Amino acid sequence: MLAESLAISAVLFTIGVVGVLIRRNAIIIFMCVELMLNAVNLSFVAFSRYYGAEGQVFVLLVMTVAAAEAAVGLAIIISIFRHRQTVNLQNINLLKG
Amino acid sequence: MMLLQVASQAHPLSGTVAEWVWLLPVLPLLGFVINGGLALLGLRANGDARPAAGRHTYAGIVSVVGPLVLVLSFALAVAIFGAMRGAHMEAPFIRNYFDWMPVGDLQIGAALQLDQLAMVMVLVITGIGMLIHIFSVGYMRDDPGYPRYFAYLNLFVFFMLVLVLGANYPVLFVGWEGVGLCSYLLIGFWFSDKVNADAGKKAFIVNRIGDFGFLIAMFLLFAHVGVLDFRGVEAAAPSLAFGGWLVTAICLFMFLGCAGKSAQIPLYVWLPDAMAGPTPVSALIHAATMVTAGVYLVARSAFLFSMAPVAGLVVALIGGLTAIFAATIGLKQWDIKKVLAYSTVSQLGYMFIGVGVGAYTAGIFHLVTHAFFKGLLFLGAGSVIYAMHAAYHHTHRHEDAQDMRNMGGMRRFMPLTWVLMWIATLAIAGIPPFSGFFSKDEVLAAAFTRAGQSTLADAYLFGVPGGTVLYLVYVLGLASALLTAIYMTRMMLYTFHGSNRTGEGEQQHLREAPWVMTGPLVALGVGSAFAGWLNLPAILPLGPRHTLDHWLEPVVGAPTALTAQATAGGGEHSAGMEITLILIAILVAVGGIVYAFARLKPERLVPKADSPEDEGFGLVLANKYYVDEVYDAAFVTPTYQLSRIFLWKGVDTGLIDGLMVNGTSALARGLGWVGSRLQTGATGTYAWVLVAGVLAVLGAVTLR
Repeated sequence: MLAESLAISAVLFTIGVVGVLIRRNAIIIFMCVELMLNAVNLSFVAFSRYYGAEGQVFVLLVMTVAAAEAAVGLAIIISIFRHRQTVNLQNINLLKG
Repeated sequence: MMLLQVASQAHPLSGTVAEWVWLLPVLPLLGFVINGGLALLGLRANGDARPAAGRHTYAGIVSVVGPLVLVLSFALAVAIFGAMRGAHMEAPFIRNYFDWMPVGDLQIGAALQLDQLAMVMVLVITGIGMLIHIFSVGYMRDDPGYPRYFAYLNLFVFFMLVLVLGANYPVLFVGWEGVGLCSYLLIGFWFSDKVNADAGKKAFIVNRIGDFGFLIAMFLLFAHVGVLDFRGVEAAAPSLAFGGWLVTAICLFMFLGCAGKSAQIPLYVWLPDAMAGPTPVSALIHAATMVTAGVYLVARSAFLFSMAPVAGLVVALIGGLTAIFAATIGLKQWDIKKVLAYSTVSQLGYMFIGVGVGAYTAGIFHLVTHAFFKGLLFLGAGSVIYAMHAAYHHTHRHEDAQDMRNMGGMRRFMPLTWVLMWIATLAIAGIPPFSGFFSKDEVLAAAFTRAGQSTLADAYLFGVPGGTVLYLVYVLGLASALLTAIYMTRMMLYTFHGSNRTGEGEQQHLREAPWVMTGPLVALGVGSAFAGWLNLPAILPLGPRHTLDHWLEPVVGAPTALTAQATAGGGEHSAGMEITLILIAILVAVGGIVYAFARLKPERLVPKADSPEDEGFGLVLANKYYVDEVYDAAFVTPTYQLSRIFLWKGVDTGLIDGLMVNGTSALARGLGWVGSRLQTGATGTYAWVLVAGVLAVLGAVTLR
């Protein structure tokens, strides 16, 4: 049971990473980050079944932080969109040296 | 320290006028401050860096202050001399005014030392300095830089007195450098003319080479003896190895300093150029006092030189070579001051023969008589130049007022100067009973005697026995005496005899200088005639004999006796030989004068345009053996080229500016450029790098 859960978690995490790396749209990248977080949450829950309830507590903590992060992140994305009329990350390279 | 105090308390000069010895140099310093201040005030009043031509606003005050401080200083010197005469002092009178350099073991005080040798120098400096200051009042009267001139001249006297009164080598060195500075300032006094400024620089730079040697000598003394005051070194000197490398090295390095300051081969080249300064400066600094500082230093360090016979031989040989070398050049010079300049170099050579062979009194004696007659010759020449200059000024002609070919027949216009100049000429040529005869004879006799029997004669210089070297030195000195008589008579004939070549219009304006200038000439003339009485030889049955010998006995007596010792051979030379030597010297001098009269008949004295070109050896002499050209090619040009191509273009602009300064900034800029390439600004790149990093760390941890 644990092995399957961890496998799904790994698959989800990898999908998230690949999404972050290859997609251009900021919203999608953002969603992929959320996917990675939830992949980790899944592993926490799976482990908690064997090692006690601390994993579940940790999941709640992660979800709270993710919610806060989502609020801030979306606000930034909206702000960028208002400014540049795009959320395509290829066009956003003001930090180019 | 306490011991020293107690000892000096008991000194016979304590509590006498000698306690005021510090005032001797301070008086001229005061004059420098006042005159310098007036010079600056004058600049402000004119509102311009270049003062207007004509007499200076403050000329009146300066004419009083400038000579007065010297008169007071001389009066004080005479008073102290009087006290010393009655005191019978064996040890020098030393006063330490404050600790100057208390560094670890090295205790150097700002101390003055008064002894018989210093007293002789002080009297010469203040006495002749006073006369030359008075002469300058007339000579420089209409110069716009009048206060500046007297400020420099006063400052020079201050430093010169510090030089001779200093109680240790560093204090002496302060005076030594100070007189060099004043010499530089006064040679380049008319600095708006580039030739003069260059002459000043040349004097200063050539002297640096000598000072380097002096400094090394002081370092060696400190490193191996541990003290630098004269008393301490004198006490320690006998414990050094006699003739050892250390004492020889110290003496030779010290003599390098003397060769620079006193214009000996190979560093004499600056002195003839130094004639670019005003003529009284040439008289005071470049004839009577400063250039004799080297002779003084050797005599002052007699306790060292008497321990190093090889160094003594070198000093005497260099002196002899310089004497003949400069005398030959003097034969062919046309500038009246250049003749006197080479004559000075030549006579300084005599002084070094004297102090080199260990006859310190003879060297100092010649120094004193030379100060009189050479001071007189220069001031007389200045008086002639003054008259010539005034005459050309009246007729608005621009001829060389110093070229002897433009003179001639001056005795009709300046009879007093003519008579006095002849006295000085006979003195320098060595005609009895004038002063130069006695001193020059004493120097030559010392060289001859010591060639037979002395520690020097026992030593070897490059394998040549010292006795042979000294006989050679004697012959060189005798030959120089002949040449001296010739070139001095030539100068007199060209200047004062024959018909006048100045010009019809100018002749009416040629006249004797005012009394303020002729007065000092007369005083110096008396000195030139009678200074020989200071030290008459024993064989003469008149007057006080060996006065100077007895006077200097406490200072240089022991070293003189030390060098006169010998391990082998010889004996006291007889009165007969002494008379023979004197007769030879007189014969040579008279022969030179007669030869010059015979060669230069009045019809041979022609103006510049009619005079034949020099050829052969004469041309070489007229061009001063091309020494300046050789030095230019050997030292000056390579130094310039080295500085320009290697040091400036290569090291400074190439290495320091190019590689180091600009290279550092280029390196920082390059690294920044490489770093900035990493900052693409594209979030994707950062994500890839982040993932790659995470994978790398994970891989490193798990696959370990």
